[in-house]
Amino acid sequence: MKYVLKKIGTLILTLLAVSALVFFAFSLIPSNPAIARLGTEATPEKIAKLMHDMGLDRPVLERFGSWILGILHGDFGTSYSYNQPVTTLLSEKIGVTLLMSVMAILITCLLSFPLGIYVARKSDSKLDVLFTTINQIVMSIPSFFSGILITLLFGLILKVFTPGGYVSYKKDFLGCIGYLIFPAFAIALPKISMVVKLLRDTALKEADKDYVRTAYSRGNRTKAVFYKHVLKNAIIPVITFLGMTFADIIAGSIIVEQVFRVPGLGRILLTSISGRDYPVVEAIILLLATAVVVSNLVVDLLYKKFDPRIHV
Amino acid sequence: MKAFKKLWRLIFLSATLTVALCACGGDKAGDASAHITIGIPQDLEETLDPHEAMAAGTREILFNIYEGLVKPNSNGELIPAVADEFSVSDDGLTYTFHLRKGVKFHNGSDVTAEDVLYSIGRNADPSSETAYASAFSNVKEYKADGENIVITLNQKDNDFLQSMTIGIIPKDVTDIATNPVGTGPYMYVSRSPQENVILKRFKDYWGEKAYIEDVTLKICSNADSIVMDLLGGSVDFFARITSAQAAQLKDADFNIEEGTMNLVQAMYLNNAVEPFTNEKVRQALCYAVDPKEIINLAFDGKGTELGSSMFPAFGKYFVKEINDVYDVDLEKAKELLKEAGYPDGFSFTIKVPSNYQPHIDTAQVIAEQLKKIGVTAEIKLVEWESWLSDVYIGRDYEATVVGVDASQMTARAMLERFTSDSSKNFVNFKSDAYDAAFNNAISTTDDAKATEYYKECEWILAREAANVYIQDLAEMVAINKKYTGYEFYPIYVLDIAKIKPVK
Repeated sequence: MKYVLKKIGTLILTLLAVSALVFFAFSLIPSNPAIARLGTEATPEKIAKLMHDMGLDRPVLERFGSWILGILHGDFGTSYSYNQPVTTLLSEKIGVTLLMSVMAILITCLLSFPLGIYVARKSDSKLDVLFTTINQIVMSIPSFFSGILITLLFGLILKVFTPGGYVSYKKDFLGCIGYLIFPAFAIALPKISMVVKLLRDTALKEADKDYVRTAYSRGNRTKAVFYKHVLKNAIIPVITFLGMTFADIIAGSIIVEQVFRVPGLGRILLTSISGRDYPVVEAIILLLATAVVVSNLVVDLLYKKFDPRIHV
Repeated sequence: MKAFKKLWRLIFLSATLTVALCACGGDKAGDASAHITIGIPQDLEETLDPHEAMAAGTREILFNIYEGLVKPNSNGELIPAVADEFSVSDDGLTYTFHLRKGVKFHNGSDVTAEDVLYSIGRNADPSSETAYASAFSNVKEYKADGENIVITLNQKDNDFLQSMTIGIIPKDVTDIATNPVGTGPYMYVSRSPQENVILKRFKDYWGEKAYIEDVTLKICSNADSIVMDLLGGSVDFFARITSAQAAQLKDADFNIEEGTMNLVQAMYLNNAVEPFTNEKVRQALCYAVDPKEIINLAFDGKGTELGSSMFPAFGKYFVKEINDVYDVDLEKAKELLKEAGYPDGFSFTIKVPSNYQPHIDTAQVIAEQLKKIGVTAEIKLVEWESWLSDVYIGRDYEATVVGVDASQMTARAMLERFTSDSSKNFVNFKSDAYDAAFNNAISTTDDAKATEYYKECEWILAREAANVYIQDLAEMVAINKKYTGYEFYPIYVLDIAKIKPVK
């Protein structure tokens, strides 16, 4: 229990540090949201007035204080470029990104375990070299590039989906899933090969251990030894790996969203940065940081649970 | 263990099936008269209030939702809209508009004289801070007289009718910025930031109704994927594509229509920094830069050469001959540089907004052309926001390549920028002759005389080489062969109501 509390304590400190970093970084950048909004209509008087309306003429520390206070009350401020609360603005976008990330994780799990087990079982056959080579190639292709290939193959040649034809999940849930499968698959691809490699390697390492020899000597067949003993031990690091991957996938989906023109967090993050819409940028970065920190915490806790021998 | 394997097989099978089924469910091109998806390069701004919205990209869409007492047609002429006729008194001070009968707002209520007065009042009120407030500062009195709206001016203003294109809005709608209600052929349904804006045909529109029922304005902020969106069928229409994109679409199901962008692309020079304070240096650059070569090299020969801050869509104000003030003459350019005290040339920096590829291409050709007279131009790409704050407002630059247009179709809106005390004079152009000619133009009551004075202004900009004028860019529009009827306007307008299905 003490361990958990300590972990949560560092989590809060980390998030505080991140929020301070994000906030002050933007007050250092020489740019002005008021100018971005006024465009070529900007005159010094108009800029001054708009800055006052936006509350940007207050000292930095005061703004930071009220921002943090607002967040504690669940208020992330108001977007400059949409004039609506950041929470309302982001709630739909988070849904899109989260849905895509969850799908990517599901695809990873569904494909990587059977594939990994198959590859591990074939590790002493001639096919092993082939499998490892393919695996290395898939692992080294970044997901935005496989995304482009997928768009080309499935979108433009086979015409299974319409590139850019995203429909909101609120309007047509199945249609949305049907579209998001492709970006989710692009995100999942390198993760799948990582899991396959991890599973194969740990299984091989376990297979050399004494308890495996004992299991054989008791008269078990190869298959039984593999599934009942080797796999059971080999799967632990894989599960922790998957946990950590989740945060990675959310952050990585931002790039893949661009390739598939999915209007999720990534799109709004990019336009908000160029439009100097700081409340939105700050909220998104804080969200991503939270996702990373929380999933790391969960992994830490899981790790302890799965393997009590290891102290984290 | 058999069970384990079977389970995986089942999951695997169902997963593949889901992919296949979902993918088939994706919407394929439907009935063309029912729906069109129009790609727009950026999201609309935070306010959809017709009197507050300033961005050209927002106004061109709002054109479909709101109408003024008068509105422009595709020739740039003002035609009656919410008013069915109007007259101007002989002294040019009193405007009388007669309200059209049967005009309804999108919320179903009739347009009344009070709504019109309210709409004018929002801009004409002395404390008004709307985008049009300065244009309305000349209004002395506005009142309703039965079904007539009578507006009296302090002094004659030949351009005043342009101001009456401001959208008429109902006086009892308080959240017009987020809930637009107008009288136009399309009504606003919803928007999702960075995703889309949905419009629907207004069935009670007073005039010729729109052809297409539902319109989705899809935000395509990634310029690189526009072609793929068009080819893949998720976008039916996109305005302002580049010639390279047009070439990619030619063989597909798209018609490429050509018009002009209606702006003045030039290398704008900061007339207040060395060496551009010297008129001879500026003229030397004009002699060295060849717009024709720029258009041929970077724009496939499409574009209209310009010689001053005026483009052909302005009709009577445009003087074609000004383009001949500077014909390429490298010897003369070198001679002028020598006279100005730069016999070995000089170097300077061109700041170009990084999100406008046509301007970057132009700057690159200019830099090559200037090498021939020993002038070195270094191109520096800046973010649009930095361009606004440093170049446009801070005026901290030597040269920049951009396109400048007019917020209204008036010579004044185009040329006022270059008067020496204008807050929009970002090139710091200062010429007593220009100021005098401009003041004559706005103070005269005779339209023909005013036109002459405006033309004089254009000549001065060219002769004193305020900037190195290049061209009015060609605008290319990709439209799916299922649709037709798109019309170009001389101002920034995307008239969706004119687009119709082919069949």
